[in-house]
Amino acid sequence: MGEKEKKKISSRRRFFTDMAHHVGLGTMGVLLLGGYAEKAKSSPLTLRPPAALPESDFLKTCIKCGLCAEACANRPQNRDINGQQLPGTLKMAKAGDKVTIGTPFFTPRDVPCYMCDDIPCVPACPTEALDITKVTNAKTGKMDIRQMKMGVAVVDVHSCIAFWGLQCDACYRACPLLDEAIKLKYDRNSRTGKHAFLKPEVNTDICTGCGLCEKACVTQKPAIYVLPTEVALGKVGDHYVRGWDKKDQQRAKERNMKDITTHDERSKKKPLDYLNHGLGM
Amino acid sequence: MKFSNIKYLILRRFTQFALLFLYFAGNFWGWKILQGDISTSLLFGKIPLSDPFALLQIFSAGALVGANVIVGALIITLFYGIIGGRAFCSWVCPVNLVTDLAAWFRRKLMIDKIERKVWISRNIRYYMIVVVLITSAISGLAAFEILSPITILNRNVVFGIGSGLGLIGAIFIFDLFVVKNGWCGHICPLGGVYSIIGKYSLFRVKHTSENCTLCMKCKEVCPESQVLNMIGKKSISVNSIECTNCGRCIDVCDDDALGFTIGKYIKENKESK
Amino acid sequence: MGINRRDFLKSSAAATAAAAVGISVPQEVQAAAKEAEQGWRWDKAPCRFCGTGCGIMLATKNGKIVAVKGDPAAPVNRGLNCIKGYFNAKIMYGADRLTQPLMRVNEKGEFDKKGKFKPITWKQAFDEMEKQIKKALKESGPEGVAVFASGQYTIMEGYAAQKMMKAGFRSNAFDPNARHCMASAVVGFYQTFGIDEPSGCYDDIELTDTIISWGSNMAEMHPILWSRVTDRKLSDPDRVKVVNIQTYTHRSCDLSDFNIIFRPNTDLALWNYVAHEIVFNHPEAIDWDFVKKHIVFAAGPVNIGYGMRRAGEKSLKDGLYGPKEMEIIKKEMAKKVSPLEAPALKPYGYKEGDIMKNRPGTLAHWMISFEEYKKSLEPFTLDYVAKIAKGDPDESLESFKKKLKDLAALYIEKDRKVVSFWTMGMNQHTRGSWDNTLSYNVHFLLNKQAKPGNGAYSLTGQPSACGTAREVGTFTHRLPADLMVKNPKHRAKTEKKWMVPEGTLNPVGKQHIVQIHRGLEDGLVKFAWVNVCNAFQDTANANHWIKAARKADNFIVTSDGYPGISAMVSDLVLPSAMIYEKWGGYGNAERRTQLWKQQVVPVGQAMSDTWQWVELSKRFTVKDVWGEYAPSGPRKKKLPSVIEAAKKMGYKEDTTMYEILFANKEAKKYTIDDPQLKGFDDSDSLGDHRKIIGSDGKEWKGYGFFIHKYLFEEYAWFGRGHGHDLAPFDMYQKVRGLKWPVVDGKETFWRFNTKYDPYAAKAAKAAGLKDFAFYGPLAKKLFSGSLTKPDKSKGKTPIPNKAKIFARPYMDPPEMPDKEYDTWLCTGRVLEHWHSGTMTMRVPELFRAMPEALCYMHPKDAQKRGVKRGELVWVESRRGKVKARVETRGRNRPPRGLVFVPWFDEKVFINKVTLDATCPMSKQTDYKKCAVKIYKA
Repeated sequence: MGEKEKKKISSRRRFFTDMAHHVGLGTMGVLLLGGYAEKAKSSPLTLRPPAALPESDFLKTCIKCGLCAEACANRPQNRDINGQQLPGTLKMAKAGDKVTIGTPFFTPRDVPCYMCDDIPCVPACPTEALDITKVTNAKTGKMDIRQMKMGVAVVDVHSCIAFWGLQCDACYRACPLLDEAIKLKYDRNSRTGKHAFLKPEVNTDICTGCGLCEKACVTQKPAIYVLPTEVALGKVGDHYVRGWDKKDQQRAKERNMKDITTHDERSKKKPLDYLNHGLGM
Repeated sequence: MKFSNIKYLILRRFTQFALLFLYFAGNFWGWKILQGDISTSLLFGKIPLSDPFALLQIFSAGALVGANVIVGALIITLFYGIIGGRAFCSWVCPVNLVTDLAAWFRRKLMIDKIERKVWISRNIRYYMIVVVLITSAISGLAAFEILSPITILNRNVVFGIGSGLGLIGAIFIFDLFVVKNGWCGHICPLGGVYSIIGKYSLFRVKHTSENCTLCMKCKEVCPESQVLNMIGKKSISVNSIECTNCGRCIDVCDDDALGFTIGKYIKENKESK
Repeated sequence: MGINRRDFLKSSAAATAAAAVGISVPQEVQAAAKEAEQGWRWDKAPCRFCGTGCGIMLATKNGKIVAVKGDPAAPVNRGLNCIKGYFNAKIMYGADRLTQPLMRVNEKGEFDKKGKFKPITWKQAFDEMEKQIKKALKESGPEGVAVFASGQYTIMEGYAAQKMMKAGFRSNAFDPNARHCMASAVVGFYQTFGIDEPSGCYDDIELTDTIISWGSNMAEMHPILWSRVTDRKLSDPDRVKVVNIQTYTHRSCDLSDFNIIFRPNTDLALWNYVAHEIVFNHPEAIDWDFVKKHIVFAAGPVNIGYGMRRAGEKSLKDGLYGPKEMEIIKKEMAKKVSPLEAPALKPYGYKEGDIMKNRPGTLAHWMISFEEYKKSLEPFTLDYVAKIAKGDPDESLESFKKKLKDLAALYIEKDRKVVSFWTMGMNQHTRGSWDNTLSYNVHFLLNKQAKPGNGAYSLTGQPSACGTAREVGTFTHRLPADLMVKNPKHRAKTEKKWMVPEGTLNPVGKQHIVQIHRGLEDGLVKFAWVNVCNAFQDTANANHWIKAARKADNFIVTSDGYPGISAMVSDLVLPSAMIYEKWGGYGNAERRTQLWKQQVVPVGQAMSDTWQWVELSKRFTVKDVWGEYAPSGPRKKKLPSVIEAAKKMGYKEDTTMYEILFANKEAKKYTIDDPQLKGFDDSDSLGDHRKIIGSDGKEWKGYGFFIHKYLFEEYAWFGRGHGHDLAPFDMYQKVRGLKWPVVDGKETFWRFNTKYDPYAAKAAKAAGLKDFAFYGPLAKKLFSGSLTKPDKSKGKTPIPNKAKIFARPYMDPPEMPDKEYDTWLCTGRVLEHWHSGTMTMRVPELFRAMPEALCYMHPKDAQKRGVKRGELVWVESRRGKVKARVETRGRNRPPRGLVFVPWFDEKVFINKVTLDATCPMSKQTDYKKCAVKIYKA
């Protein structure tokens, strides 16, 4: 474009060019920042504080103020025997943590959640990203740490030495819901003929995901570890109810009526299309 | 150097460090003076203070939040609405420490003089606000908060040093070598938000052109030097929303031509127009 | 009941995965494993830790232990381990191992009690020890030279130390930490059977129908045995019953059919209740044929005090004990009979409010009639026992009574086999000796003792409490194989074997381990050496002993692998070889002796305790130690010089103890070309590649004879032919241990039973008995009398081959909760840590699993004190206080009014709080009960 032509550009045209320029810049910004935001979302294995909203809602709602982490670190229980403050359970994510920057999370192998009865971290949340109703007992109206669900402990039975027959149960003894969240399953050890296996089994309905078991596990890499509940657990179809368990219907109660009609490869064609298609002979 | 030449600077630094210290103490010793961080704090264990821009992003991401944080954002908006929106930038924001340092080096190394000027619009910050809010809506994530150097630096102080410091270094280098006052004066959307909040603030810098000797020291130190366009011309208050009320111009002015004023500016500015 | 898969087959993540268990390891993996093993040497050894005595295999490579595996050939554990055993390969390699001698010195490098520790040479260390021991002998006589010995000594170490102490220094101030662990069991065995150690073996678990555990948390303390108990329960869940009886609910309770939570000390009443139920309500259950043939009834004095300090002792006179402490200590001299104990003491002529004047504890006892015994049981009705024994205030009396009845019914049921296990709950008890004998009463009345699957069975805590402490006799009052220092014949036999002059051995053996601490405080003991234990952390009322150790007039030495509290309060710290860095032998709780070879060369300049003792013996000659000693401490007569007698034996005045006790002509018969030494190190006999500079300042090249084999064989001589027979040294290198007595190469499973025990068969044949012979030789001649006193006019009756049933009442412990100190404190161990944690706290995994000792408390007690779970509290007694973190949800769940604090953690130094009251007969400290107050820290 020459000097002359440039001068001819009308103010209207300039307006539209400017518009395009700005919109373009903005779109580029959205794309860049959006791409980063997508990347900045946490690994699906992130463990959140007690009573955290589901991850996507949590990320929307958390303002990254760290008040939960401060409440955790400063709870009176979090002192060593000489009164020195210990590292709190909740950490505020930094670059490299593979967790959305500035959001609270915890790593049970380092510092598990000690399941404080007064749950100081939850009421500290100003945005209700930690939702106090999730840890409030509907009957008593009081906070009840047993209701929290940060994740669920999973046992790698190939690495768990209790499944080798060794007498460990370190996780069982460390569990704050002892003999409830982790139970020992007793089996006879036919190899030795006189010892029993005392195998840890997690009751996922009760396990809160505090991670004290993961911390206590004596294997090199823990053989019991906490995963977010959605990652760890499967789900049985809502269409089947255990006949021998009267309460099991509860599980299936949210059966989606839209799912009643089934769709798959075989049912794709309408009957008439199918029938009229013939066998192709 | 006379004390009067650095009075506001010292006050500001004191405020900035004191706030950082109180945040740190809130986490480290459990002091209940100022807990949390810059995005949301709890004053005296009771009064919520929240970043209105963070809250906007959360809303935009589609989340419902607790009443506390809304009250906190209102308090902050009101507060800066009165004392001057961008007072946050110069009196509170920890990144200001970094960018001021960069600006200081820039002056000392006379980079402005030798370096080719890269021009970028000071309005980018306002675009950034829009970009951030749209991205928040699309990604379901408070988009600026995941890379805000302000909260990252703040959290680094409060919760311990982490690798997020790289970003802070980048800003320092950007400000030092690329664009003068690049981050705070051009890009930071939070600064943009506080500019808007402070539109009608009562707290302003006032110029008395009769005393002015046109030494231009004030413009040299001003991080938003465009706001001082009246220097030597008119005796009015600074009316640009981008003024950070940092008071450096007042500090460096040896001629009593600059000072703070409260409330009178609206009238003045109307008269002057 | 915890056996069946409970109703939690919900969506358990583990359950799904568990289905995959049992699949075999693929071939490639096996092949890879073999390759990885290249260069590993595997050899057998026992586990370092508890009294269970599991067998392990150790892999050595480049002079380090690289791996461990359970020994599949070991009958106890068949290749399994608990988590402590799992870490045997790591216990010796903590970064802070002691590698050189350290001494408190001044700037000039001379010993200074107030100086800081600095590295010194072995020569300097022995120079100072020699100087200090000579000084102590001069000032206090042999009684001034003391050793805190151990149930974790190897057999050889214990024997070497015993020999040097008793024959060399002529000192009986030599007592092991096993005193804190097994002494009450020993008194129980001696009084009941006349010979030490259990009649049964672990096979009883597989053979019994009923496992009743008294004051024992086997699941944490004997995990491998507990897994055998669990397996037995699984094998027949309806028939096999498991009952746990203790003062708080713990990990073992998960398996029980029912648990009995009793008020501390009332286990005495529970045992008597079961006996009462038999004698009064089920007399048909008594096997009179057995009882008449094999049993006599006996009684002893009840006013025996509590083993605390007595009036007139120096430190009491010096006012070292404050008024608060004296509130309890004064009960040692006299106590008022309380309403709780008055009914039980009525048959002994006491009523409520009487002042009982206590005399020092005594082992004396005399025969009584069955009628007299029955009289002693009369008070122990269901109502009385339930009233005093119910330990959980939240349990109803009815529920508690039902459990008591069920308990008695299990014992009484005809054809039901019953094993009663116990550990520290019954041993660490101010009436521990009584409690132990009471257990045999019930089993004897029903003829359920010394038979496969039947018997009262004391489980040992330490790996060699049996093998070293009890069998070698590393106690103040004992010599090897049940010989006693106060018995002139036993002394003479020992002196002869040891080739020392007659009269060398000191006849007064009263300085038990607590007494040694008290001796330090009183200024009697001037030199004390801590061996293979942590005497200043493990002894109750520790503030006193730590203060005493730092007084100016004594010298404390600690030999250890790692620095701990004892090393910290010492003046000299010696680096010891740890378990697999030396040859050794341990004896477990079923009389199983296990030997191992030195696997690796010790770290740094560390050397075995055997070496340290033998090197010390080189510093003392006949004239240094065998002269005359004036009366001192508990010895009221002078100890005559035996120097002349020694000369007659061919020794000279300057012949060293080394030449007499260790490098004698017998020892040199064990040469270093022994095939057992091939391919293995023996740093003591042969020296090693480190070429350390030894005690004489010259390079250490070894003794030149196979010292460990010599020590073992000489020691074994004492038991052979006397019911304590050990197999030859070489045989133990081949087998996974053998249960003594080993007769004709065969081990013994059930003692005193003629079917299984050759000694019983022999004695029974001679005496015309058929099924049993309780042939133990001790206290087999008794006066007869009533419950309250013997009638000495008729003389003593011999009771060969008979065991005893003792009348023992219930009595209160000396300290019980009151208004100010309102809570019971019970201490103990946890699975993760061994004793004071010097080894296990260095295993990062174990440290992480259990980094600190917690104060286990009932949630309501915590609430009452305004303390949240996880907050710190002060646990304070009349003696001291410590801070501990409250746990209300943990593995131990005490009833209201009781707290449990483990003692492994030196930061939670709970033995500053505990009371040093002991069973006055066994001198074993009661760590299980004292009164504390708890408040927020």
